[in-house]
Amino acid sequence: MSSGPSARDELHVPGSSELHLAVALDGAGWHPGAWRAPDARAAELFTARYWTDLVQEAEAGLLDFVTIEDALGMQSSKRDGGDDRTDQVRGRLDAVLVASRVAPTTRALGLVPTATTTHTEPFHVSKAIATLDFVSHGRAGWRAQISSRPDEVGHFGRRSLASQPSGTGGATTQPVAWELLEEAADFVEVVRRLWDSWEDGAEIRDVETGRFVDVEKLHAVDFEGRWFRVRGPSITPRSPQGQPLVVMLAHGSEVYRLAALGADVVFVTPHEHAEARSLVEAVREQEATIGRPERLRIFGDLAVVVDASPSVAVGRRDRMDELDGEPWRSDAEIFTGSVTALADLIEHWVGVGLDGFRLRPATLPHDLSVITAGLVPELQRRGLFRRGYGERELRARLGLIRPKSRYAA
Amino acid sequence: MSAGSSRRQVHLGVHFPGVNNTTVWSDPEAGSQIDFSSFEHMARTAEAAKFDFFFLAEGLRLREQGGRIYDLDVVGRPDTLTVLDALAARTDRLGLVGTINSTFNEPYEVARQFASLDHLSGGRAAWNVVTSWDAFTGENFRRGPFLPRELRYARAREFLQTARELWDAWQDDDVVADAATGRFLARADAGWFEHLGAQFGISGRFNVPRSPQGHPVIFQAGDSDEGREFAAAEADAIFSRHGSLSAGKLFWADVKRRLARYGRVPDDLKILPAATFVLGDTDVEAEERAAAVRLQQVSPRTAIAFLERVWNCDLSSYDVDGPLPAFDPAPIAGYAQGRANAPENPLATAREWRQLAEAEGLSIRELVIRVTARQSFVGAPRTVAELIDRFVQEDAADGFVLVPHLTPGGLDEFAKTVVPILQERGVFRAEYEGTTLRDHLGLQPARALGSPTLLSAP
Ligand SMILES: Cc1cc2nc3c(=O)[nH]c(=O)nc-3n(C[C@H](O)[C@H](O)[C@H](O)COP(=O)(O)O)c2cc1C
Repeated sequence: MSSGPSARDELHVPGSSELHLAVALDGAGWHPGAWRAPDARAAELFTARYWTDLVQEAEAGLLDFVTIEDALGMQSSKRDGGDDRTDQVRGRLDAVLVASRVAPTTRALGLVPTATTTHTEPFHVSKAIATLDFVSHGRAGWRAQISSRPDEVGHFGRRSLASQPSGTGGATTQPVAWELLEEAADFVEVVRRLWDSWEDGAEIRDVETGRFVDVEKLHAVDFEGRWFRVRGPSITPRSPQGQPLVVMLAHGSEVYRLAALGADVVFVTPHEHAEARSLVEAVREQEATIGRPERLRIFGDLAVVVDASPSVAVGRRDRMDELDGEPWRSDAEIFTGSVTALADLIEHWVGVGLDGFRLRPATLPHDLSVITAGLVPELQRRGLFRRGYGERELRARLGLIRPKSRYAA
Repeated sequence: MSAGSSRRQVHLGVHFPGVNNTTVWSDPEAGSQIDFSSFEHMARTAEAAKFDFFFLAEGLRLREQGGRIYDLDVVGRPDTLTVLDALAARTDRLGLVGTINSTFNEPYEVARQFASLDHLSGGRAAWNVVTSWDAFTGENFRRGPFLPRELRYARAREFLQTARELWDAWQDDDVVADAATGRFLARADAGWFEHLGAQFGISGRFNVPRSPQGHPVIFQAGDSDEGREFAAAEADAIFSRHGSLSAGKLFWADVKRRLARYGRVPDDLKILPAATFVLGDTDVEAEERAAAVRLQQVSPRTAIAFLERVWNCDLSSYDVDGPLPAFDPAPIAGYAQGRANAPENPLATAREWRQLAEAEGLSIRELVIRVTARQSFVGAPRTVAELIDRFVQEDAADGFVLVPHLTPGGLDEFAKTVVPILQERGVFRAEYEGTTLRDHLGLQPARALGSPTLLSAP
């Protein structure tokens, strides 16, 4: 996997374009047949080498960050439960741990693993992401995700989503999803409070008085909500970014609201230019009702099958559809075409007020290398994308401040 | 020195300096307890010295004393598994042992975290199963203080049993990933599990394929009778407190004796006491340094704080250079919170301490140093190497978990001076022979499900 020299090792030009690019990593890629692609590394999906190569390629392409998908259950072709397919990738490693494993092998790339809010402990997630921020020197983020899957409920056995419907989709799922979203809002709030529970400068190491910390700068978070109480403070000191980046994928106004309340970045899934504009407006509308200190960053999600030549891309997609036995579907728009056409689309859509894009490569490593070695240089030529990493910390690169602890006087 | 193929081999791990007063943070050489570079330094030092493993402890709530966060010791630590995973990128062979509690976690998540660490480290993961159950810690978690003390091992046993079922839900060759035939999985039910027990009722599919070691190495650290029985049935190694020659021998004999009941032999369970050390060019110099370190570890305020944890009240008006309080401790608990080793019987402890202080004419600070801060090994490198070897040859230990008092350089001198002598004596590896932690510890491959467990034992 190599990318053009123009993408590497050049100095950051201050004030150059603001377009942000992220890549979503998941198994062998987002197409269910991706693992059968000629250059897929399907037998290595559970090795450190595989993930290290992917993130190093993403970093060579100067990408802002990668997200890493995760779930507390097996992948499935069905929405509401398991399947018994043996012809698709099954199994995955813990995303936070993948991120921490690759952190020391990169220097500037943001690392944004997924962790669910439904079955986990806010206290554990908070310190895990804070620790990722320490081991990556300020490049950590967290993609907060709810889980309404009944199979995952069975893996924990500690809650009954009593109103869990057996059918797929439909209005009956609303109460459950609503509860899970409310819980997620509380969860994110607790995680963020815990990140603030050590003020900067709490560690004083005052030999004179024998005090290691200034206890006035350590704070209980005393959260009490419907789903949990958490006392705090965190056991982990405030991390380099103070508040690691929180991101969410959102498909509707409830989640836009949740994102406006608790996230720094939201991923939306427009299918065309006009929809991109209306989604940005819908997010901004939710944002306006909340009143945030900083503007929510909005990324458009696109699934991509991309090559230098459009016919090669179309051919690859057809071939993978054929291998998998059905056409690939996705919640996000699936772009199939040339590097130039993808750059055109990005240039066009970014005009509606998107801050950037998260690209979901159909296959790994192929589509990722086309992004880093083809798309990135093309966007650079157009003056749309940076020519070097400037800020090393993830928040700073996205133009977000490092907030003071909410408990600081 | 005769190369001793017949001599029992020493196992060594290093414990990253923790949040009690063993760790001297006031020393000019003391570095960060949280920056990744500190973990990296110590882990790489250990690996260069061919250590078996790097060990991280855990405590899920900041300690308090007298209703305030305790500020005299190091405060603040990372998430255990996240740091160990990052260290996997900076080391190749070193075992990575994480302490994770079985009370405020769920088996599906913990099993997948350790399986992930094992994959991402190429077979170097170990889990130190601890059972801290206290209500104080519980206040940070969803279920709150839910577990009565007497159920801590019932939950731990079933937790580990369940985790083993999850790890065994995948066979070694379940991932085929054969693009030509389109078969990713060898069988449609890879990962299927069902566990119905008193503590956990879960079923479904575990989503991490079998890891290089099959099961991570299991450590255990509780000291009660139940804790020892749990270790005898289930653990591959014990992190113990019994570091003196006599106490070590008693503990060793007690725990190894329990193994037969589970169809296990003495070599199946390694006993690794925690050990502190101070080195010097000569034994005399080491003794002098050790005395100075003890004074750093037990500052006047720390001495009073120790006493307060036994007497359960504010003793700040006492003179550390004077005698112990003449009155008996109040029969209340909870003055100090968040410690794994709170005295079980404060009254007895107080009387014991007072007697000792009177008999030997010790002040408060001298007494606290005497009862809490004696280093395990003090001497010139050769003296320390000989002592370590002797403990192992005389069945007081299978090796040690060294606890340096300085972060991050506290292992440097040991690695440079003591390890070569152990190697010269033929009791410590000069090169890693295998790649996994199981290899280093000389353990059997992971036991298959259905082997003896405490669920069916007395
Ligand atoms: C040497 C040693 C180290 C321990 N380290 C920890 C630790 O890091 N975290 C923790 O929660 N408990 C720790 N413990 C506590 C025990 O693991 C155990 O869970 C607790 O003491 C209750 O079990 P017991 O009654 O059998 O001792 C440690 C115990 C020993 C003996």
